[in-house]
Amino acid sequence: MTRSLKKNPFVANHLLRKINTLNTKAEKEIIVTWSRASTIIPTMIGHTIAIHNGKEHLPIYITDRMVGHKLGEFAPTLNFRGHAKNDNRSRR
Amino acid sequence: MFGLRGTVAIASDASRRLLQSVSFHGVGARCLNIRAGMEIPDNKPLKFALQYIHGIGRARAAQILSELNMSNKLAMDLTRREVVALDDVLSKYVIGRDLAGLVDRDIKRMKDIQCYRGIRHVDNLPCRGQRTSTNARTRKGSQRVSVAASKKLKK
Repeated sequence: MTRSLKKNPFVANHLLRKINTLNTKAEKEIIVTWSRASTIIPTMIGHTIAIHNGKEHLPIYITDRMVGHKLGEFAPTLNFRGHAKNDNRSRR
Repeated sequence: MFGLRGTVAIASDASRRLLQSVSFHGVGARCLNIRAGMEIPDNKPLKFALQYIHGIGRARAAQILSELNMSNKLAMDLTRREVVALDDVLSKYVIGRDLAGLVDRDIKRMKDIQCYRGIRHVDNLPCRGQRTSTNARTRKGSQRVSVAASKKLKK
């Protein structure tokens, strides 16, 4: 179910505060956040946000096409590289 | 989807085709061309013929007919004016190749920005949180032989 429009997209307050302060300044720095549920809003474009994947923070550069998605969509929590090859030789 | 339409055309028998081409010159081909690249089978009631267009299902076909106040007659019995009116209404919707292109573009966008759904599209796995431990055969393809079963086969 989609969120009510009158409430505006959800962005964690602490993240919003960081971005607003960064927007007033000229320089940019990586924002570290655990808030995967926050929606990407237009003010975030151009920033690099390090999103927690449960283990570490993955730096993601926010582009205009990502607006409307959630931050967590860009930091996969699972890293499946295929099943381990069977070591039949060593067993025999 | 165009292949499907082709088979429909072939299915209509030859004698009927001959009759049509005699009695309905111009409009009376096997398939009726409505918009560019969109054809509907001639020998079906309009409500069902419209559903051969990608993006028009039962609901939308019924809605179009009620919008036009058109009875559910065969597609080949349409007059020129009715075809034009139908074309007008159809231009309001995103259908056919436009719709397919739109969907492709949306998927490509998700792949490009590397969001979760995009990654799942690239990996050919379900995007909407379904389980993949079992099932998910629509995306994964036909059943592969599991490791345990293949070992048994070797013995």
